[in-house]
Amino acid sequence: MALIEVDGVSRTFTVRARAGRFRRTRREVRAVDGLDFTVEEGECVGYIGPNGAGKSTTVKMLTGILVPSAGRLRVAGVDPARERVRLAHRIGVVFGQRTTLWWDLPLRDSFELVRRVYRVPADRFRRNLDRCLEMLDLGPLLDTPVRQLSLGQRMRGDLAAALLHDPRVLYLDEPTIGLDVVSRNRVREFLREVNTGHGTTVLLTTHDLTDVERLCSRVMVIDHGRVVHDGGLAELHAVGESERTLVVDLAAPHPPVEVAGARVVRVEGPRQWLAFPASRSAAPLVAEVAARYPLVDLSVREPAIEDVIARLYSGERAGAAAGAGEGAAVRSG
Amino acid sequence: MLLTLYGSVARGSFRRHATYRAATFAGAFTNTAFGFILSSTYLALWHARPGLGGYSAEAAVTYIWIGQALLATVAVWGGGFQDELQARIRSGDVAVDLYRPVDLQAWWLAGDLGRAAFQLLARGAAPLLVGALAYRLRLPHAAETWAAFLLSAALAVTVSFAVRYLVSLTGFWLLDADGVRALVGITGMFLSGMLLPLALFPGALGAAARVLPWSAMVQVPCDVLLERRTGGALARALGFQLLWAVLLLGAGRAVQGAATRRVVVQGG
Repeated sequence: MALIEVDGVSRTFTVRARAGRFRRTRREVRAVDGLDFTVEEGECVGYIGPNGAGKSTTVKMLTGILVPSAGRLRVAGVDPARERVRLAHRIGVVFGQRTTLWWDLPLRDSFELVRRVYRVPADRFRRNLDRCLEMLDLGPLLDTPVRQLSLGQRMRGDLAAALLHDPRVLYLDEPTIGLDVVSRNRVREFLREVNTGHGTTVLLTTHDLTDVERLCSRVMVIDHGRVVHDGGLAELHAVGESERTLVVDLAAPHPPVEVAGARVVRVEGPRQWLAFPASRSAAPLVAEVAARYPLVDLSVREPAIEDVIARLYSGERAGAAAGAGEGAAVRSG
Repeated sequence: MLLTLYGSVARGSFRRHATYRAATFAGAFTNTAFGFILSSTYLALWHARPGLGGYSAEAAVTYIWIGQALLATVAVWGGGFQDELQARIRSGDVAVDLYRPVDLQAWWLAGDLGRAAFQLLARGAAPLLVGALAYRLRLPHAAETWAAFLLSAALAVTVSFAVRYLVSLTGFWLLDADGVRALVGITGMFLSGMLLPLALFPGALGAAARVLPWSAMVQVPCDVLLERRTGGALARALGFQLLWAVLLLGAGRAVQGAATRRVVVQGG
């Protein structure tokens, strides 16, 4: 049985707006529109989408603090909204922008409080804490008040606090936001270990695609409240109709070359950039250019994942744009 | 198990407030200064009208210093956990609190009791000690009276918490609870007996003030320590405080339930 089951889930919000002096209009806005997906135990899933796509709304419903308007949800065998407190014992939640640590007290006190809140048996608590302290290098910081920690240190503290009760699912919302490169890598390494070493299921919401590339075998792209892609990162390229670029250096400046299946996107002196579908082989293209033009050098550039996602978001694909209701009007972060 | 959880919340809150040393010192200094100002005013008043409200001049000055000791502890005009809870409601962070398997009201109450315990020691004891050195105060000798006072003060904090919790929760509907807070704070300052003992209020106003919840915050614990309530009257005074505590905490739970449903069902 899947650990997370989402079955036809929608969520609408009523937005009231002023229209004239006394009239008020009510408008139904769909933040999430017929979501269907399952996540198996032990998966690490990247959940990405532009602002207002419905990411936070989904996570809120999965954690039970928002009731879906339609559809069915189950997380770790529990209906989240109906049994929120029971579910709370089985999930861990980390927000990059919010802390659950006790601001004015040493880190140690916050961990101790987690033990009591989740009633973690002493030996298990000890084991989990030792593991987190070692992997996140938090040992020396235990007696430092949280307010004196750097953002990276605080983030590591929050990660540890979310895992001390052995949650089966860990929800992460922008866990690397605002962190420097070193802290980012350390957080990613830790999350990888939690996912692969400890078998914790991870659902990662982020705008940092490197997080997704490093950690997730599966990525879901949501836009206008619908899933527009669900699969491996590599498949994203095909879905996003992304293009590779063939850069050719000719012997001398030359008008744009004309070859079938590619178009020139840029010319700079003797150098020209040719875009062609990522799914096509570059070999015939290279052969044709070499046969007809004075070719000196060439290179092939792969599309950046950012560009692929950006194309998906901007709705260049006709399929994604169609049927997207008013979802974009809701900005839930 | 539950008690140890909320017990550790209270202890944490106590230690947290203990870290604000400069603020605590400045606060205790202010309480002491106001103690002196009010004492000289009261002495002038009681010189003109001896035995006013059934208080001797000595008892009236003692009333001042007990009031100053309770001011920060009971947080009559707002404060304590309120700033934090209001900020969390306004920013929406309060939703995060729902991820934790804890009772919100009990969590914040435990924290506020921890804070009050620290402030009774730091901002209560110090001014009272200075007052006792500067004036002849009518403080009790019987240990039972002090014990009854501590119980009464704890109930006073609980009633005050319950009122402040309700005020903070209005933020779910009003977006900003500061207006309500200012209004309730001024009302509380007046009706708690902090400025003037309620026995001095005339007729119907006095009668009403004596049964409203604010009198449970300052007037009742002051009278307990002054031994104006003993025996059956003491039991009735504590019962009065307990009744308001239970009623207002119950109201807080009901409103909290409505607020949670609002967040969970309507999306805040």
